[in-house]
Amino acid sequence: MRGLGLVVSNLKRRKLRTALTMLCIFVAFVLFGLLCALKEAFTAGVTVAGADRLIVRHKVSLIMLLPVTYGARMEQVPGVSSAVHFTWFNGIYQNEPKNFFATMPVNPEAFLDLYPEYALSDDQKQAWSEKRAGAIVGRTLAERFNWKIGDRIPLMSPIWPHKSGGAWEFEIVGVYDGAKKGTDTSGFFFRYDYFDEGRAQGEGMVGWYGVRVNDPDHADEVARAIDAEFANSPYETKAEPEGAFAQGFVQQIGNVRTMLLAILSAVFFTILLVAGTTMAQAVRERTAEIGVLKAVGFGNGRVLGLVLAESLVMTAAGGLAGLGAAWLFTAQGSPVPAMLPVFYLPTDALIAGVGMVLALGIAAGLLPALSAMRLPVAVALRKHV
Amino acid sequence: MSGQNGALVHIEKVNKTFRRGAEEIHILSQLNLEAPQGEFLALMGPSGSGKTTLLNLIGGLDRPTSGSVRIGDEQIDRMSNRRLAAWRARHIGLVFQFYNLLPVLTAERNVELPLLLTGLSSSQRRRHVEAALSVVGLTHRAKHYPRTLSGGEQQRTGIARAIVTDPTLLLCDEPTGDLDRKSGDEILALLQALNREHGKTIIMVTHDPHASARATRTVYLDKGRLSSEKPE
Repeated sequence: MRGLGLVVSNLKRRKLRTALTMLCIFVAFVLFGLLCALKEAFTAGVTVAGADRLIVRHKVSLIMLLPVTYGARMEQVPGVSSAVHFTWFNGIYQNEPKNFFATMPVNPEAFLDLYPEYALSDDQKQAWSEKRAGAIVGRTLAERFNWKIGDRIPLMSPIWPHKSGGAWEFEIVGVYDGAKKGTDTSGFFFRYDYFDEGRAQGEGMVGWYGVRVNDPDHADEVARAIDAEFANSPYETKAEPEGAFAQGFVQQIGNVRTMLLAILSAVFFTILLVAGTTMAQAVRERTAEIGVLKAVGFGNGRVLGLVLAESLVMTAAGGLAGLGAAWLFTAQGSPVPAMLPVFYLPTDALIAGVGMVLALGIAAGLLPALSAMRLPVAVALRKHV
Repeated sequence: MSGQNGALVHIEKVNKTFRRGAEEIHILSQLNLEAPQGEFLALMGPSGSGKTTLLNLIGGLDRPTSGSVRIGDEQIDRMSNRRLAAWRARHIGLVFQFYNLLPVLTAERNVELPLLLTGLSSSQRRRHVEAALSVVGLTHRAKHYPRTLSGGEQQRTGIARAIVTDPTLLLCDEPTGDLDRKSGDEILALLQALNREHGKTIIMVTHDPHASARATRTVYLDKGRLSSEKPE
């Protein structure tokens, strides 16, 4: 690009002003990247939710239990492929409340079949099926506590005390990874039979079910059929798609997407004013130079292009550096894995960020560029360089 | 590139009026001017007589209110803005009183500016720039920024920029107006050499009789009209 040297030279004219504007843009895009990662952290469950999966819970509340026998009855409902139960165990490691993480007893084979996003090697699956006290943990959790296969892990549960009165003892037999981006790898899963045998009360009861349907297009009908199956029983159910269930969780802390959008809108409006003012000043103080360019033959379109290019180079330098910094930061993993186990900058957010860099560059430079374009050459030349 | 009657510059019945509020100010009235190719024409007149306005009309930097401005075979007052800009790039070299160099560019990059609009490669542009700087005797200052050049050197750079595309017509607006006598003489000698040795057609606006003495012809502009006689 022939005018690029001129564009860069103009940006270097007021180095401090350009640097400060770029710094503002840099900070705005770092914030954009981190907020996108935060949104992903809050909505990861929604993102990775299977379209062919339902969640079935007690009609009144998630904390109310359902009979373990419901699983077999659900599998009889037309359209249901399989049903897997979960129970919230609330495990605490080393009796330290901050060492809390998602802990659930499950049926290993059915669980791994329903959730293929939890990637576990065949020998670890085999080990889990052979050891009653065996547990698998996600990679993030294993790294958090520096656990490895073979470690014995004692956990306390304020909800489900062991009938012995002591801690629950587990042996780590596998470490799973996420088969797709956004999979939560901070969980701890152990065998239901070991749990049911050891708990002091509530035998035969589970928390909720994950249900796979044969045809995702008929998921709503299947959900209604499941609820109808258990209507008027002591344990009525509420079945809903997994995505809606996860969304319900997210909405308990408010509309995350709207909150983040509001913050980002305010930030970008401010940055637009900052960058726009910088460009307007830059053009205003160069009126005579624009006149010279036009006098030597630069057409209106070319002058417009030069000013827009200047604005784009400025926003691209700050914005892309900001996005890069956010990506580097999030690539290190979650700064608070206990609270935000899933923390990364999604590719679509990066692409949107690049689009916003371009949009900001054009929006900030458009008015000054138009005013430079419309400047009559004879009028511009009356001002001294 | 001579046009009608062999004249390179042919201005006929040109009027130029500016509006200041409700008042209409007539700068040029029914003005006629012809300048043949190869002429070094000095345009003199008191301040506010319309010299720069006339120069702007000849250079396609402004348009007449009425009348025609023909340079060579082309009537430039009827050209679109886009075509006029391309025409200026090809045919006009401009030298300004205050040099009008871009402060963020070195001398050689200031000279290169008009060449960015051509299809020349980087190495071809460099050769043209070196040639232009050599004509004005400034090769050794090529890498210097305008702020480190003297007034005379800045004006030489401005002249190099004006001639680097080998334009049809060189328009100089008080090229010595901001220089001391010695530097002014050097610039005038340079313009004279461009006219005599390189055959450049030059139209120069000046207040200075010493400068106009270098020209092959002098015309006077007063109250919007031209004459070959110095007005009383």
